[in-house]
Amino acid sequence: MNDFLLIFRTDYNTMPKASPEEMQASTKRWMDWLGGIAAQNKLTDRGNRLVPTGKVLKPGNVIADGPYTEIKESIVGYSIVKADSIEDATELANGCPILRIGGNVEIREISIL
Amino acid sequence: MKQAELIPHLFRTEYRKLVSVLCKLFGIEHIEIAEDIASDTFLVASELWGLKGLPENPTAWLYTVAKNKTKDYLKRDSIFAQNVSKHLQPNATTSEEIEIDLSVKNINDSQLAMIFVVCHPCNPAEAQIGLALNLLCGFGVEEIANAFLTNKDNIYKRLQRAKEKLRAEKIKIESPTLSEINVRLPTVLMTLYLLFNEGYYSSNQDITLRKDLCLEAMRLAYLLIDNEPMNKPSANALLSLMCFHSSRFDSRLNQNGEIILYQDQDTNLWNQELIAKGEYFLNQASQGDSISKYHLEAGIAYWHTIKADTKEKWKSILQLYNHLLVNEYSPIAALNRTYALAKVNGKKEAIIEAEKINLADHHLYHCLLGELYTGLDNAKAISHLQHAFTLAKSAADKMLISNKILGCKQQEP
Amino acid sequence: MENYMLLFRGSDVYQPGQSTEAFQALKQEMIHWLGDLSKKGAHVASDPLQPTGKQVSGAKKTVTDGPFGEAKEIIGGCTVIQAKDIHEAVEIAKSCPILASNANIEVRPIQKL
Repeated sequence: MNDFLLIFRTDYNTMPKASPEEMQASTKRWMDWLGGIAAQNKLTDRGNRLVPTGKVLKPGNVIADGPYTEIKESIVGYSIVKADSIEDATELANGCPILRIGGNVEIREISIL
Repeated sequence: MKQAELIPHLFRTEYRKLVSVLCKLFGIEHIEIAEDIASDTFLVASELWGLKGLPENPTAWLYTVAKNKTKDYLKRDSIFAQNVSKHLQPNATTSEEIEIDLSVKNINDSQLAMIFVVCHPCNPAEAQIGLALNLLCGFGVEEIANAFLTNKDNIYKRLQRAKEKLRAEKIKIESPTLSEINVRLPTVLMTLYLLFNEGYYSSNQDITLRKDLCLEAMRLAYLLIDNEPMNKPSANALLSLMCFHSSRFDSRLNQNGEIILYQDQDTNLWNQELIAKGEYFLNQASQGDSISKYHLEAGIAYWHTIKADTKEKWKSILQLYNHLLVNEYSPIAALNRTYALAKVNGKKEAIIEAEKINLADHHLYHCLLGELYTGLDNAKAISHLQHAFTLAKSAADKMLISNKILGCKQQEP
Repeated sequence: MENYMLLFRGSDVYQPGQSTEAFQALKQEMIHWLGDLSKKGAHVASDPLQPTGKQVSGAKKTVTDGPFGEAKEIIGGCTVIQAKDIHEAVEIAKSCPILASNANIEVRPIQKL
């Protein structure tokens, strides 16, 4: 089994403003999905969600306000899963709630430093 | 209380106090001397009380005898006396002023210090539980052997090794500092949790002994939270969990010590007082922003104290299992989560998830699938239950499963 | 102390046609840098990534082969660090050897649950 990083992306600009109830429902959907992966003993690290803002450090000591905007979908969070192959890891990504709101999941195998 | 009952009772409550105070006084290298003095004190009591009748204040009498025995020991053995006085005051040369303090405060401090010694991570969990029963709960080797379903020899060796390890590591018996509490409390809580589980989930048929283990674990957890620096949310959550679980103690086992499943329990036997205590400690546990696995397990246990089979109940349980699993995988949590999922989203969805969880060599996995297929595809349900039957090890488990198979067959048209 | 995620993008060594020596040299420098961070207690976790991967997108769950976007936008790896605020996190990011290879670093605060 290898570790795969799942990177969740969506366009912050098209993300609908959620009410507290919707936020709660969304958290539940994420936990249902992660709980299902964890029940298969395939969750290495639940990972994190990121605050929408940040900084970008570019060559030549240029600091810009983040998130990184060269592509319209920003990274909203990540998790690390265990799988036998990238296909299996992709299968685990299938139920991710980010897909419901037009986002995407990038699946990348983690290499050993 | 009659004399015949009094000595065993005092042994349970006072032996551990004497051992703790004397251990703390002598230092880790002389644990055995502390145990000998405490045992001797009770030996004298059982001889003299039988002849002369009970003293006016038996506990005070025990303390006085223990003090005198300690002083005699110090007089007789000057090397030991020197060691002890060095332990108390590194520069001291005489043992004249050694005072044996059996005040409530010192007893309390000594017991707390001993909890942290006994639950020191230098020993494996099993050895920590054995030491806890021996030194903190006054259990003899035979009782511990019964609790672990093994022989006296094994336990004796295990305890000796564990004590030797504490000596080799020169573990100090002292009140932990605030920063030590933060680092070491999780290990202490884990040992108490395992001690409780040893009683609660054991396949031992001795119900009294199992209850005793649970009560001792609860007493030690209470000792912790009764002391402000250790009164942490996680400790309260653990005690809450223990209260909720033990509230069902009388309903979950029949007279033969066999398990009665949750849905078949007589809810009149649920102990409402313990449920109320569990709620109290769960409230205490929610002060602070950290959530331990004991919080999650106490939350699940709380929902199980509510009889009505509502959607809300199972939705909450499902979320708690999600959190539990995301923090730390365990096969039992994976199976229970899937059961909760069936209650919330229906059996069909739960079957799809169950088939992914890959625990095919676990009898409970096939019990779960048997349960999920019942009513949808009884032939499949029966085949899973039969598989579970062959995998189950204990007679009690096999009995439960064969009853289920029977129930399932009766549903066939 | 707060946790921040550093996302490394666009390093020259990840571009097609780069020598393995350059890649190995950067890898060694990164290991040293992470080791220093660990000594300071600022390092939480690191995940270097394999260059290829997959992506699942949208409600239709379309699976495509990666990597995605312009070469400059590909994430090479990520590290979670501990810092007292975003400014300190940016300062730590500035000391990262990957910047010398024309990379940029996105610095994102991690959302508390």
